[in-house]
Amino acid sequence: MTAIDYPQLRRLLDDGAQLVEVLPAGEYGEMHLPGAVNIPLKTLDAATTAGLERTRPVIVYCWDAL
Amino acid sequence: MSPRAACRLATLGFTQVHDYVLGKVDWLARNQPVAGTDADTPTIGQHLRHEVSTARPDEPVAVLRARVATSAHRFALVTTAEGTLLGRLRAAALDDGDPDRAVSEVMEPGPSTLRPHEPAAAIKARLVEKGLTYAIVADPDGRLLGTVHPADL
Repeated sequence: MTAIDYPQLRRLLDDGAQLVEVLPAGEYGEMHLPGAVNIPLKTLDAATTAGLERTRPVIVYCWDAL
Repeated sequence: MSPRAACRLATLGFTQVHDYVLGKVDWLARNQPVAGTDADTPTIGQHLRHEVSTARPDEPVAVLRARVATSAHRFALVTTAEGTLLGRLRAAALDDGDPDRAVSEVMEPGPSTLRPHEPAAAIKARLVEKGLTYAIVADPDGRLLGTVHPADL
C-alpha cells in the first residue's frame, strides 16, 4: 500500500486507476470525486470488491487525513 | 479511514493499492470538480477573478507600480514563477515606497488566504461584515488561484 499526494493521484488516474470512496453511502451521495465508486469501509469484503479489476491500480480515499 | 481500507484491500489480495491520504478535502481545496447531490452548491472557487496584478519578488517597485496603475485594483500580489503566493503590496506600499527597491523588500509577507471550496454565501457575509473588498484564494500548496470580491458572490 502506498500513500499518494495529489500529483500522484492525477498520474494514476490518467493511467486508468480505479477510484474508491470508502465513506458511508450518504456522504458519497452528497459529494464524491468524479468516477469514484462507493465501497464503505464497513462493507469492504470479497463480495463488494468483486467489481474491481485486480490488474489495475486501486486508489482509496475518505474525507481527509484525520 | 482510508489507510484501514487500503490495508483491507491488500488482505483481499489487491496488489496495487494506493491511499489518497488527504482525500476529498484536498481535492476540493484544489478547485476540482465533484459529483453528487451537493455538487452544485455555490463556492468561491466558481467566482474567482484573475485580473489582479502579480509580481516576482525581485522586480523593482517602479515597474509594478506602473502595472498596477493600469489595472482594476490598487494592490498587487507577489508570487514565485511557479505561482506560489509570497506576499501582497497594498496601495500605500506601492505609492510611498522607494521605487528602486525590490518588491520583496516592501511586500507584506504571508497574506491570509481562503480555499476555493468555501461556500460563497458564508464568505460574502464574512467579507461584508469585516468591511473587506476582496479575499485571496490559494490551493493547499500555496499557489495563487485568484481573488474573490463580495459583489461577485
